[in-house]
Amino acid sequence: MKISIDNALGLHPQALALRAERTSLLAGNIAQADTPGYKARDIDFQSVLERQMTGQQKQIGLEQTNRSHIRRMADGNGGQDVQYRVPLMPSLDGNTVDVQTEQSKFAENNMRFLASLRFVDGRFGGLIRAIKGE
Amino acid sequence: MSLLNVFDIAGSAMSAQSVRLNTTASNLANAESVAPQGEATYRARYPVFAAELESAAGGHVPLSSEENAADGSNVQVMGVIESDKPLNVRYEPDHPYADEQGYVTYPNVNPVEEMANMISASRSFQINVEMMNTARSLAERVLNMGR
Repeated sequence: MKISIDNALGLHPQALALRAERTSLLAGNIAQADTPGYKARDIDFQSVLERQMTGQQKQIGLEQTNRSHIRRMADGNGGQDVQYRVPLMPSLDGNTVDVQTEQSKFAENNMRFLASLRFVDGRFGGLIRAIKGE
Repeated sequence: MSLLNVFDIAGSAMSAQSVRLNTTASNLANAESVAPQGEATYRARYPVFAAELESAAGGHVPLSSEENAADGSNVQVMGVIESDKPLNVRYEPDHPYADEQGYVTYPNVNPVEEMANMISASRSFQINVEMMNTARSLAERVLNMGR
């Protein structure tokens, strides 16, 4: 019987990468809380993860074929990964960041990140025990 | 690694907020500064924030409101503008800088607005510090994975 580390870890490595991306996206929202005209953005975690797992997309966003290409997850027409948040109460300056909402999403996202991390960590522990044969 | 992006983003937001704190301090300090006749009176100053996207070519490209960047974008201080609200004119004939009619022009600084601005800036700063701490502890947990 062969042991595949990828199979042993399940979807958690992809979930971790996606959680980290979302952390930085939400951090950007909180950082721009006072920028006029900034629109809060987020990803629909489940649909993006499903797309990644079925292999339709290797990474979030557009392919970079040149170093000077600007990294972006979504372009105006085709990208459906990053979406704008529907504001609870838009402000006069066009900013749609609600710091409380973003902070709670940020905390939730980090908790889920830690949960995935715990799973991966546990699987590693199991694999190490299997390798040592204790 | 996008967890480390959070440091850049929060850092840029913190420096932008500290510019805002600086202008608030300057406004409050100069709230009663009177300039001599013929010189420009101090006007309240405010920073203008903008979202900025990190381009791979090394330079920074300011972001228009329609076009949004990939993962979180940095905060950039576009510049500091002076308020064009009317200056406060007070009748003080004894003042050495009074004009012929006895009026002195004071800066258009509203101390109440400035205090509110200051509290808002310091709260935003604190949130960014919290965010940085969280990202740091997450990165630490990742580094300790498998031990």
